[in-house]
Amino acid sequence: MDNVIEIKDLSIQYATDEGIVKAVNHLNLQLARGETLGLVGETGAGKTTTALGIMGLIPDPPGVITGGEILFEGTDLLKLSKQRLRAIRGNKISMIFQDPMTSLNPVVTVGDQIAESIRIHEKLSRAEAALKAKDMLELVGIPGDRYGEYPHQFSGGMKQRVIIAIALSCNPEVILADEPTTALDVTIQAQVLDLISKLKKEKNTSMILITHDLGVVVEICDKVAIMYAGEIVEYGSLEQIYDQTAHPYTKGLFGSIPDIEAKTSRLKPIPGLMPDPSNLPEGCSFEPRCERSCQLCKEENPPLIEIGNGHFVKCHNYGKVGEGEDV
Amino acid sequence: MLKRNKKTKKGFWHDAWYRLRKNKSAMFALFILGLLVICAIFADYIAPYPYSLQDYNHTFEFPSRKHLLGTDNFGRDILSRIIHGSRISLLVGFSSITTAIIFGGLLGAVSGFYGGKVDNALMRAMDILMAIPGMLLAISLAAALKPGLTNLVIAIAIADIPGYARVVRAAVLTIKEQEYIEASQCIGASDGRIIFKHILPNCLAPIIVQATLGMAGAILSASALSFLGLGIQPPTPEWGSMLSSARQYIRSYWHMTAFPGLAIMITIFALNILGDGLRDALDPRLKN
Repeated sequence: MDNVIEIKDLSIQYATDEGIVKAVNHLNLQLARGETLGLVGETGAGKTTTALGIMGLIPDPPGVITGGEILFEGTDLLKLSKQRLRAIRGNKISMIFQDPMTSLNPVVTVGDQIAESIRIHEKLSRAEAALKAKDMLELVGIPGDRYGEYPHQFSGGMKQRVIIAIALSCNPEVILADEPTTALDVTIQAQVLDLISKLKKEKNTSMILITHDLGVVVEICDKVAIMYAGEIVEYGSLEQIYDQTAHPYTKGLFGSIPDIEAKTSRLKPIPGLMPDPSNLPEGCSFEPRCERSCQLCKEENPPLIEIGNGHFVKCHNYGKVGEGEDV
Repeated sequence: MLKRNKKTKKGFWHDAWYRLRKNKSAMFALFILGLLVICAIFADYIAPYPYSLQDYNHTFEFPSRKHLLGTDNFGRDILSRIIHGSRISLLVGFSSITTAIIFGGLLGAVSGFYGGKVDNALMRAMDILMAIPGMLLAISLAAALKPGLTNLVIAIAIADIPGYARVVRAAVLTIKEQEYIEASQCIGASDGRIIFKHILPNCLAPIIVQATLGMAGAILSASALSFLGLGIQPPTPEWGSMLSSARQYIRSYWHMTAFPGLAIMITIFALNILGDGLRDALDPRLKN
């Protein structure tokens, strides 16, 4: 398959005064052309760090990429010079940010902000770039004559549309969407998601969608990767993850979603908290919270094994019949 | 080609202007400064006499209808000299502050943006400059560089650079952490573009306030240096040097010192009031 992005054995650490925080540990990920990958995990699982790693924007210091490769169309982004990387950012890979309120420069008009990204990457005159920016505004459903307005004159949903327009202005190969709908209310959320998936389909763009909302994932993703403590614990197609859930953590995530039809008085949360990333357990990082933990889990970090066609899980106990559980 | 809708184009600066307009004392100060600028530009037409015209039949004259503010020891018209002096004062104030802002701002922006070793090196250098009293630094620089207009500007500018570097650095440090700066890195913008297009326009407010207040200080320093004979040399009229030469006659001819002193006072006062007004107008926390 034609992979646009291939991450191999990526490790990212933050060196702080309290110790080394291992944000991403030996991460492997593939993104095929035109595909949408959902990157799901709790706060602090390393999702945003992974995205910033792809953009080459890990704050340094304290962040250090300690190993691995990030291949974009075959070239390792980690080995590129700053200039080459800048030519890729915004042009081939672009990012949609979480909070539209703070992601736009308050003293520059929205049109100029879209035109800026076009002018950085394409040799166009100011007027041509402005025309193109106007087209982009209309593409995301904002009237073109609002080109000269400032961000504070827009609502949250419209600002997020502007950010999408900036991200798409150079027809990128890959979009990294970092929780694009978290700051929006539910109706606007649906509109923005529809817009993203529509434009993505039109331009055959690949996308990595970072979220902690499994409901969003089911709407627009083809593949899903579940992240826990900087590692991928389960990876597969949407159907595989939702129908043949294999990892205890993923099961726990589904268990903690309220079901509108089932009559349960209490949700079933996962007990405990995520391990301190500066002090990860020796064995499986999920072991302290896992109801099926065994001696092997405490001693050895399980490898990611393929259990079905493209369905990977990182668990020692997969396929073994646990006590009092039917697999 | 693109029609900008004027009615809706209301930005931060528009709001700030609106708030400033409501501040009566700041508007009055702005009016005074406007008059001063007009005086400086059209000095040749406004002043009743040439500034160096000496009339030995009318020395030490008190204010009269012929000489509104009297004449000095060479019989020169004091009003005309004050009007011409505003040129020098405004020129020195404006150009030394502009120089200080350009260099101080650049140093501050670079050290704030890059941080780390660059920041440390630049800021320690600024600390050294700051450890020397500003007036003393300006005096020694002016003495070392030979008196004159350009050297006066340089001396005042250098003494002012650390202040601007600190103000700009502090502003850059807060703006740098904003998400839109990260976003502009994500569209592939270069460091220079990020600093000049995205960071500096967002820290203009504190810079403007500091500049207005600083200009008053610069005019005062220029007068002080001229008073000490290290600034503008006679016969060029400068308020400070006028004071200096009138000093020996202060017992008998009060008008020779009072009027140039009044001119300095009014200008400084107007600049300070305007600076305060600008600070209030540009502070978003006072938005209403």
